[in-house]
Amino acid sequence: MSNRRFHPEQPSSFAFNAENLAWAQQTIAKYPAGKQASAVIPLLWRAQEQCGGWLPEPACRAVAKMLDMAEIRVYEVATFYTQFQLAPVGTKAHVQVCGTTPCMLRGAEALKTVCRRRIHLEPFHLSADGAFSWEEVECLGVCANAPMVQIWKDTFEDLTPQLLDKVLDGYAKGQPPKPGSQTGRTASAPASGTTTLKDPSLYDGSVVGSWRHKFDERVAKAAEAAAVAVAAAAGEKK
Amino acid sequence: MLADNDRIFTNIFGFHDWRLEAAKKRGAWDGTKLLIDRGQDWIINEMKASGLRGRGGAGFPTGLKWSFMPKNDPRPSYLVVNADESEPGSCKDREIMRHDPHLLVEGCLVASFAMKAHACYIYVRGEFIREREQLQAAIDEAYAAKLIGKGNIHGWDFDCYVHHGAGAYICGEETALLESLEGKKGQPRLKPPFPAGSGLYGAPTTVNNVESIAVCPTILRRGAAWFSGIGKPNNTGTKLFQISGHVEQPCVVEEEMGIPLRELLEKHAGGVRGGWGNLLAVIPGGASMPLIPAEQCQDLTLDFDSLSKLKSGLGTAAVIVMDKTADPIQAIARLAYFYKHESCGQCTPCREGTGWMWRVLERMTKGQSTYAEIDKLFDVSKQIEGHTICALGDAAAWPVQGLIRNYRSVIEARIDQYAAKSGAATKAAAE
Ligand SMILES: Cc1cc2nc3c(=O)[nH]c(=O)nc-3n(C[C@H](O)[C@H](O)[C@H](O)COP(=O)(O)O)c2cc1C
Ligand code: SF4
Ligand code: FES
Repeated sequence: MSNRRFHPEQPSSFAFNAENLAWAQQTIAKYPAGKQASAVIPLLWRAQEQCGGWLPEPACRAVAKMLDMAEIRVYEVATFYTQFQLAPVGTKAHVQVCGTTPCMLRGAEALKTVCRRRIHLEPFHLSADGAFSWEEVECLGVCANAPMVQIWKDTFEDLTPQLLDKVLDGYAKGQPPKPGSQTGRTASAPASGTTTLKDPSLYDGSVVGSWRHKFDERVAKAAEAAAVAVAAAAGEKK
Repeated sequence: MLADNDRIFTNIFGFHDWRLEAAKKRGAWDGTKLLIDRGQDWIINEMKASGLRGRGGAGFPTGLKWSFMPKNDPRPSYLVVNADESEPGSCKDREIMRHDPHLLVEGCLVASFAMKAHACYIYVRGEFIREREQLQAAIDEAYAAKLIGKGNIHGWDFDCYVHHGAGAYICGEETALLESLEGKKGQPRLKPPFPAGSGLYGAPTTVNNVESIAVCPTILRRGAAWFSGIGKPNNTGTKLFQISGHVEQPCVVEEEMGIPLRELLEKHAGGVRGGWGNLLAVIPGGASMPLIPAEQCQDLTLDFDSLSKLKSGLGTAAVIVMDKTADPIQAIARLAYFYKHESCGQCTPCREGTGWMWRVLERMTKGQSTYAEIDKLFDVSKQIEGHTICALGDAAAWPVQGLIRNYRSVIEARIDQYAAKSGAATKAAAE
């Protein structure tokens, strides 16, 4: 568990903008009547996005009101889930470095060193110009492309300290690089080329319907077996 | 090696288009109505006969789980798909959602129909934002093509919703996931009642992993006998393996259940960095599974039963490889930190124990410990195991036990080294 509290300095109020308000109403409609509390995480997330990547306390109160929830219940959610940032983050990038074992084995520590050098010695602190902040996070589910970082909605994978420097340079200039592997491989395929899925017939449409013949046979056999069973049962009754 | 035409996820790397038309050409949504027309019992029986065991970690038979849903219950039923994918080492559901999402959406329809559910929620971990967007786009396509929704061409009204979390590993535990989906902190519920009796909003619910659901339409099309003919008895079918750590080429690959570890690594991942002889240990199934030292890896096969015989487990088939440059104590200490960070805090043994184990292990990586403390650590891990509401307590304890079972001599040597270097008596008491 981590100890998480609201930031001492808070804006005085919060309201969803028109676009987000419409989105929030659609989201609430995904859940059965009376179960609108289900929408709390998506709404808080939207509020965080609207506030520049962190979640102020007045936003939690606004969401509580919208969902007819006790404020304390929303505070509980905001402090429980670690993707809610309770203090302001960098305006250009909040860098989330995965530090869990699979990433650690492939050099996550060196990525943290880059963040300490470029941003701040401590996580959750803003860089001098306020443009960057960083934190260490737990496994982001990208382990076959370790080590990696997530910035806002995107992941940057197969990193080295030099490649991370480049990514951060990109954000500093307002021209982030293309997300995904930074060494140029496709998703989580082996780097020197895939060892599987080379059969062209998988992609030319010939698999469509190719199972039908056997399927029909199975269905016919099952029907036959059922008929035999019915006949046997009828025989027994006699 | 599994033949290409026995692979279910034919776009797992995203070399091809994920959209509906291309997915259909690869066989998704092919004759779905025929499957549904066979009826609920047929689907459940086929799933049982296929031998599919849940791909979310525990390996519970999927067909059997579906059959636990109450019949003729007046409450609505729900399918909830677990896409929280947070077990360190696991990175397969992500690939399904962004590259083969239609297999998942089709699976949601078929599985929901089999359990008489008209609604399904897919709970995606908060950090998977692009994956969530892509999955939603696929669902939108399916609605537009009337494959799902009210009055769809399959004759079973069905709504499919994407929901998401916000960074909490514990929400992968099925009852914590349901709490979270209801808008609360993700703290696991006591079982019983099980979700089939009282799940989402108190209604009958089945929670299944993304991979378990996404393979189901293909199994039904090609037949239980096809699926159960792959792999080993009681460990059937194909499986997405995720290979990370010290291999030449980390990757995700669909292979046969029960594939030998060495074959998996050498065929697909370019082998262990520095050669097979440089292998130190593997964690075969994600962070919760105890590591297996190289000596036992020579003929190791990757399936539920073989691995549980070695006191480890297949888990999510996330194979984390360590070569001889790795420090096993540090690797496990980092996992201990993970569990400390992710404990939901409800049960004292887990809340206090995970932090305590982490602090001791941190000292042990530097040798700042005593021989007696190794036994104490083992003992404490045993007191956490089995004494908590959910399996996170066990998951935190097992890797530590695996470390002590296999690498006690390394821990002791580190203690000796530190004692020799500092010349001082080591700190005896744990914090
Ligand atoms: C701490 C903990 C975390 C878990 N995380 C996940 C997860 O991220 N994804 C998942 O599918 N199952 C996870 N599970 C397992 C689920 O509780 C559940 O067994 C699974 O989703 C059932 O799906 P299956 O039968 O298809 O495997 C986790 C379990 C525990 C105890
Ligand atoms: S074992 Fe840990 S994570 Fe699970 S319910 Fe207890 S405190 Fe929460
Ligand atoms: S350990 Fe870093 S993404 Fe999984």
